Formats: sequence, structure tokens, C-alpha cells
Amino acid sequence: MNHNISSLKELDDIKTKNIEANRPYGKKGCYMVTVHLGTCGIASGADEIQRSVLQEIDKRENGNIIFSTSGCVGFCALEPMMTIEDYKGEKTTYHSLKQEDVARIFSGHIDNGKILYELNPIVKGSKLAEFYDFQVSRVLHNRGRIDPFKIEDYISFDGYRALLKSIEIGDPGELIRIISDSGLRGRGGAGFPTGKKWEFCRRASSDNGIKYVVCNGDEGDPGAFMDRNLLESDPHSILEGMIIAGLAIGATKGYIYVRAEYPLAIKTLSNALKQSMEYGFVGRNILGSRHDFDIEIYQGAGAFVCGEETALLKSIEGKRGMPRPKPPFPANEGLFGKPTLINNVETFSNVPQIILNGAEWFNEIGTKDSKGTKIFALTGAVNNVGLVEVPMGIPVRDIIYKIGGGIKGDKKFKAAQLGGPSGGCLPDQLLDLPIDYEEVKKAGAIMGSGGMIVLDEDQCMVDLARYFMDFIQDESCGQCTPCRIGTRRMLEILTRITEGKGEEGDIEKLEELAEMIKETSLCGLGKTAPNPVLSTIRYFRDEYQEHIDTKLSCKRLHKKAKRKKVE
Amino acid sequence: MVESNTVKDLVKKKGNKREDLVTVLQEIVKHEKFLSEDRLLEVAREFDLAPAEVYGVATFYSFLPVKPLGENIIKVCQTIVCGIKGKDAILKAIKDKLNIVPGQTSEDGKFSLLTVNCIGQCDNAPAMIINDKPYVNLTYEKVFKIIDEYQP
Repeated sequence: MNHNISSLKELDDIKTKNIEANRPYGKKGCYMVTVHLGTCGIASGADEIQRSVLQEIDKRENGNIIFSTSGCVGFCALEPMMTIEDYKGEKTTYHSLKQEDVARIFSGHIDNGKILYELNPIVKGSKLAEFYDFQVSRVLHNRGRIDPFKIEDYISFDGYRALLKSIEIGDPGELIRIISDSGLRGRGGAGFPTGKKWEFCRRASSDNGIKYVVCNGDEGDPGAFMDRNLLESDPHSILEGMIIAGLAIGATKGYIYVRAEYPLAIKTLSNALKQSMEYGFVGRNILGSRHDFDIEIYQGAGAFVCGEETALLKSIEGKRGMPRPKPPFPANEGLFGKPTLINNVETFSNVPQIILNGAEWFNEIGTKDSKGTKIFALTGAVNNVGLVEVPMGIPVRDIIYKIGGGIKGDKKFKAAQLGGPSGGCLPDQLLDLPIDYEEVKKAGAIMGSGGMIVLDEDQCMVDLARYFMDFIQDESCGQCTPCRIGTRRMLEILTRITEGKGEEGDIEKLEELAEMIKETSLCGLGKTAPNPVLSTIRYFRDEYQEHIDTKLSCKRLHKKAKRKKVE
Repeated sequence: MVESNTVKDLVKKKGNKREDLVTVLQEIVKHEKFLSEDRLLEVAREFDLAPAEVYGVATFYSFLPVKPLGENIIKVCQTIVCGIKGKDAILKAIKDKLNIVPGQTSEDGKFSLLTVNCIGQCDNAPAMIINDKPYVNLTYEKVFKIIDEYQP
């Protein structure tokens, strides 16, 4: 099948036809039933729910029910879920479903038009809807409403229009100017200005003209699943962003590196790529222009360090994924020695909307130096676990209490861990800190890729630091001594302290090792590895000291604290 | 088991340029679950690389095992969120049910247990993967039931 689209009218035709056939809008009595099949949904039993839904539809041969599937809707902890949308576009999402609920929902909601409030669904104005009320859906705007396996669905919500517009703009310098003016910064963690990176790549010379665009989907930070979710639920937005980047820097080949732990993401993405080739968005003479752009999906083989850009490139080259010193930066010497643009999944996903709506639209929200939105994977001791997209500048408190619904079981908040093993924690007194690259960094954490682990009063902060050091020590590539041996020594000290065998001077030793590892490690993994330890020492030094003074393990210290509380 | 000319066939399909190496190794693991010494040697020959180089690449990645594993591979997430939410109970359940600890294979060769770092299922922790399928919100009892599904 080959569609070879080349004009806005053709995109509009697909949109009109698809909405007419596959949406209930304007057809009274017609409903659209969507089962959400992200990894979180499937793992919670959404497949069985889908079977029951299809059975119910079969029983009613009136042609008034449109069935669809989608990726995750963000409220991962309440899976499995299904959404019923009526002809006015009003949505009701039923959650935590059991198979027997399905028949009941069909006879009540679809046959009789009554929302089953006793199942506590997510509808406008309900308590659970607050989870969405404080979010701003931009990158996640398609969540729950498109079938990631159907390119027509993506096109129906203005997909690939930005690509068409980019080809019409034609001038790479203009494309880069739009991205630069928007203020978009790398969403993978470091926050480097995206436009600047694109400009470096465009200017870099390549002897035979070959340049590459690489999408880093090797998400591995503990507590992070934003990229998995995007790849699973809106793969075309990433492809479109990459193709536009290719036009801007003058590259004709792209790679998407996805970690092996995400089989559904790889499946969804492979299908999306195939469809986008059929429509002529990827391949030779895209959209009838003189531009070519090919994309290849590269499946990782299980190594956290490959999230580091130079390691990732080596991995694609078929080598051990070990980082190398920078400079030269990949923009000048990247994949196979050629100039290479590497951006994160979420960064690429932002691109089409910026091109389509303009730089000013993008940067009207955010802070002075952090524009747009950021996605966080909200997990841990919080009531509403899931994927949230918030405007930059929002206080951490709002994410945890308004969106997250506060701490589980009425416990006290202790800290929010940001940025995984490269990041740090924000204690109670910093809850009003605005989410902003610089502010978060000043507080000793990092924005990171977007993992936000909420910890309650029961969490021992030394043990938290030990967890991260254990992780790093395990994932260190072993190439440079400070990271390989230094993190090992730090882990030994942390383990000793949490077992109640800490000694006077251990904290100072940790601090000394941390500084040394930060200064002398080769790559980002090592340079940031001590952060979780330094940050917990900074805000919770007394917990370290108490362990050392009392010679008690985490468990026994915790028991003691509980007893004290009761008294 | 696959025929002994697999590696040659695979190379024909996937190529023998250096950048095809990991892909070819992944394909072998897909069919045979691990990379035997013979296979590594064959790959080295086809790619015209030193066997040590191929071995070095294989051992760098945790999804390219060089030791035989059981029929089903259980990967339990050991990272922080799963840790806080009860990973130890999961490991205990597997120990009680199959008498294996991480790194071991059950006597009947049906299951291997590995602990792995974050598998991105923190939203419904604790979690594990059996072969390719994720299992979430695990409890001691749930793990027993899941394992039963794999041994009728």
C-alpha cells in the first residue's frame, strides 16, 4: 500500500474520513469504547477486559459502538481502564476494572445511557479527575485518544502537519530558529538548549555529507517510565520530530535506540515506522519533496550506561557500550565518526507541536530559562501513581498534593527523589521549589529525565542512598577507576551504616570519595553517581549520624522511631 | 534447537558488518536462550573478529547471556521502587516455590532466576518479567499462582 501524500488537503481528507468512520461525534446514541493497552494496562489484565468488551459489542449488533484501543492514559496505578466517549465528546473512564464489571457497564452506560457513579469513574468534576485538572497536556495530548497502531488516528489529531509545514518552510536555518526561539531544552536530563545542539550539527562538516539523527530511548533511571509510555502511546510524534530534525541538520538517516526491556514499545514503534513509510513520511522524497530520510530501530541489549550518548553510539556500532571522553562532541564526531544529533524521546516529541504552533505558543508557559512542559513519572508513596505532564515552574508541592493526591495512608511526606541515580532529593522545606532546571540543580537534585519518587516518613534516607549506589555500582561500565572502585567503596560504607556497623568518620569519608568521583570520572554516569549520597547527607545528615551513634540497622532504628512516636 | 548453520544464515540475513554484531547475537539468544562457546566462535569467524572481542561484547550486555539458562527466565526488578514495595517477598516466594535464588536454575531446568535493574514498571511495583511478559503489583501469593501457570 502506498499513499504518497504531498499536500495538506490529502492530510485533511484522511482526517475527515477517519473521524467520520471511527468517532462517535455528532451521532446521537453512538459510543466509542476504548480499552487502554499500555504495558501498565496489559500487565494489570487489560487483555481480558478487551476480550469481555468485544464480547459485549458482539452481543449488540446495532452498529452504534465504535471500538478502539489506545496506550496508557497516565493513571497507571488504576489500570486496567476503559473509556466511553459519547457523541458530544464527553468521556467517562472506568478504572480498576474486573471482568465482571464490563457487562454491567455496557448495560448501564451504553444500553441505558447512565454513568455508573457507584464505580467511581473519572468524569469531569470527580475527585479522581483532579489528577488531570492540574496537568497541561502537550506532549501527552494524544494519550488515551489515539490508537498507536493506526497512523490515521495520529493524522486525525494534526499529525504530520508539522512535517509538511517544515518542508514548506524549506530553510533549515528557519527551522532551527523556531526551535531556538521556543527555548526547548533537552528532556533527557541535562537540559542543553535543543536549538543550539541542532545548530552545531547543521554547521558541522562531514566529508561525504553524511550526518545522523539519533533518538535516545534507552530510558533506565529507576523510577522512570516516561519514554516507554510515549513510545507505546504516541510513536508517530517521535518519528515526526526526528524527520524534522533531519531536515534541519541535513541528515538522511536516523536511529531510534530502544532498551530491550520495552518489548511493547519496540512493537508499537516498528508498526508506526512501517505505516509512516507507506504514507511517504519516511523514505525517499518524503511528501513529494527532494528530501530523503530513513529510520532504523535499534534494540538495546541491557546496559544502563548506554543511555550516555557516546556509549549509546558505540552500542549502535556493535561494540561494548562504553563512554568516551568529550570533546569531540557527537555533534562533530558521532555515529561512525559522522556529525550526529542525539536527542531524547520527549525532546523529539515536543518538536512537531512547536513547528506547528510556533515558538511563542511553546514558551508562553514556563519560567525564565525553562520553557514548556515536563513529563514526570510519579511513583512511590503517593496516592495517584502515574505519568504527569506539568508546566515548568509548577511547585513540587502541587505535583505531589494536587495531582498526586497526597501521601498514601496519611503518612508524612519526607522527600521527593528527582533524577534517579544522577539526581538528589528535595526535603519538606523545599516543597515549594518551582520545577525549573536551574532551581532544581541549586537544590542539589537535577531535573533528570523525569523520575519522581515520593518518599514518606518510613523511608530511611541512608538506605535510599545505598539503593542508588548499589544500582550505579552494578551498572558502571568499569572503564575508569574512580567510578568502578570509588562507587564500590561508597557502597560498602553505606551498607555498613545501614547494617548498624557505621563508624565515626564514615560520613566524611563518603563526602571525600564523592568529590573525588565527581571530579575524576570519565562520563556523566560516574560524575553524577555520588549525587544521591551528597544530597541525602545535605538534608538528612542527622539520619546518617543516628545510625552511626546508635549502631542500629535501618529496621531496628525504624522500630525505635515508631515506639517513640507512640509514646 | 536450531540447525548448526544458523549463524551463517543469520549473517546472510542481518549482515556481517561490525554494527550487525549485537543484532546477530540477539537473534541467537532469541532462538537458543544463550550464547554457547561454539556459537561465539562461529560468530567470530563470520565477522572476522577475535573470539575475545565477540565474547567481550556479549558479556557487556545483560541480555546476552553466555551461560545456559532455564526454559523460562524470571527477571525480578531489584531497583528502588520495587525494593521499597516488597521485592524481598517476591524473591522469597520464588525461593519457597522453586528453591532457587538469583543466579540459579531450578533442578528440572524449567526456571532461571535473575535480579535485574529497573524495568520501568515502577507505576505498579513490585514487578518481574517472565520471558517477555511483565507481571506487576506482585505479592507472595500472586507469585505462586503465576509460576503455576508456567508448570501445568
